[in-house]
Amino acid sequence: MKIAVCIKRVPDSEARIKVGADGKSIDESGVKFVLNPYDEYAVEEALRLKEAAGAGDVVVVCVGPEAAQETIRTALAMGADTGVLLRANAVGLDPLPVAQALAAELKDGGYDLVLCGKMAIDDSSHSVGPMVAELLGLPCVSAATHLEIADGAGKAEREVEGGVEVVEFALPAVITADKGLNEPRYPALRGIMMAKKKPLETKDAALEAGDIEVVNLTPPAERKAGRIVGEGPDAVPALVEALRNEAKVL
Amino acid sequence: MAGVIAVLEQRDGVLKRVSHEALTAARSLADALGGEAHALIMGPAGMDAGEVGTYGAEKAFVTADDALTLYQADHYAHIAAGRVQAGDYAAVIVPATALGKDLAPRIAAKLACPLASDVTSVTHDGAIVVTRPVYAGKANYTLKITAQPCVISLRPNAVMPAEAKRDAALEQVPAAGGDKAATARTLAVKQPERAAQDVAEASVVVAGGRGLKDAESFKLIEDLAEAVGGAVGASRAVVDAGWRSHAEQVGQTGKVVSPNLYFAIGISGAIQHLAGIRTAKTIVAINKDPDAPIFKVADYGIVGDLFAIVPRLTEEINRAKEG
Repeated sequence: MKIAVCIKRVPDSEARIKVGADGKSIDESGVKFVLNPYDEYAVEEALRLKEAAGAGDVVVVCVGPEAAQETIRTALAMGADTGVLLRANAVGLDPLPVAQALAAELKDGGYDLVLCGKMAIDDSSHSVGPMVAELLGLPCVSAATHLEIADGAGKAEREVEGGVEVVEFALPAVITADKGLNEPRYPALRGIMMAKKKPLETKDAALEAGDIEVVNLTPPAERKAGRIVGEGPDAVPALVEALRNEAKVL
Repeated sequence: MAGVIAVLEQRDGVLKRVSHEALTAARSLADALGGEAHALIMGPAGMDAGEVGTYGAEKAFVTADDALTLYQADHYAHIAAGRVQAGDYAAVIVPATALGKDLAPRIAAKLACPLASDVTSVTHDGAIVVTRPVYAGKANYTLKITAQPCVISLRPNAVMPAEAKRDAALEQVPAAGGDKAATARTLAVKQPERAAQDVAEASVVVAGGRGLKDAESFKLIEDLAEAVGGAVGASRAVVDAGWRSHAEQVGQTGKVVSPNLYFAIGISGAIQHLAGIRTAKTIVAINKDPDAPIFKVADYGIVGDLFAIVPRLTEEINRAKEG
């Protein structure tokens, strides 16, 4: 099985986000960048499929800045075989150019499966996987929490409001991973050492500009400080009173 | 003038509340553009689409076919993209639900047009301008969309449905015709044993964290959720511990929620959790640690033992309902 995994370099979920001096992007100083958490599930799933098949090739593809080489190395340390960085110093807010760059890279790769995270936790667009599938003319299941592949076909489950959709599809296909799909492994020291020697190709992504302009990036409105109604169960009537008559939400 | 089309979501042939929200946003953007608001509804044969006029649609295209009862991604995307191409639309508005988050990028890719996901406001100021919370709400982008058509997915609960009566003309459009063979097929939607509201759509959320000490204690959360008619939510810690399913997780690697009322019980308030509840209208925190960060964002707090406070709260709310 030849599997591609599309990944992204994002700020850690515990990072404090500050608006930069330009008022249009984040201040990256002091921000720790990581492999997008949903992409970890995608990498893990690719590795498990390869291990189950006993053979295969897992290629990690990333659109991002030069520093994303480190992110690709994380996936290589988990066990992916090779990496491709589609270098782009500025990635805009329109997901289409990113999907186009990935689709162009994947088109003639002979992949049986393309895995992505269901979304990146920075711009939370939730779009690139299904877009890549459309551009390649492949079936797609997004936000999968369960995946079975056998005999050139697959079955996936995805959580929807109040239920779980069961979807069957033919390979090749694009699947985006949700939390719950698996438990990603931590790279072992041996994996980290080996990752340094694995092939990592870098080329320019030649991204289109896209049709979405940033007007500004602003911090969210601070919530007004509330009040402690009281201590222990005796404070309950005062809370219920406030919710009914002050906030009017009960 | 170019108009706006809302792609609506139904379940069992009944339009969901998020569809009323999408229609309301479409009406208001169409007014700003000086165009019409249209709706596209795909669902089972015989479904009732009459209410679209209530929320301001002048016209609704209805493709009612039992093959479309469940969300069939390829088929839905094919119909929607074709409809947009056949009309004159500046924007396509889709609810940012599990369905819409999957459908919106497919439509945008088919039309090779820009997509703004999970927006909380749509306005017009020479161009279409949207607000998009990013980093799970730690910052907000204001974005200008410079090409038409564009696709916009709208976060549930961000726009209040507003009635704006129109005599909507319904046009039945057959599902067949030019459809490519579906390459993926939704076989079924498995329902949970107990029908539960979704945490991202509910107007009241009762969320529990590590302070509950074990999975069994979530009964307290479920009882309170039932009393207030809300959905159960969970912190990342308890989902990672396997006490609750990921579907209930609130925060940056779970769901971002905007309910009217959010109870954070036994949740200290990690940055990634606070980010996910920032747009809740009223937050109530119950925690034994008076210095817990959750109290800095809560509108109302009670400090103390949740095992004593929560049952009392459930009882008090049930009594108030009876009285």
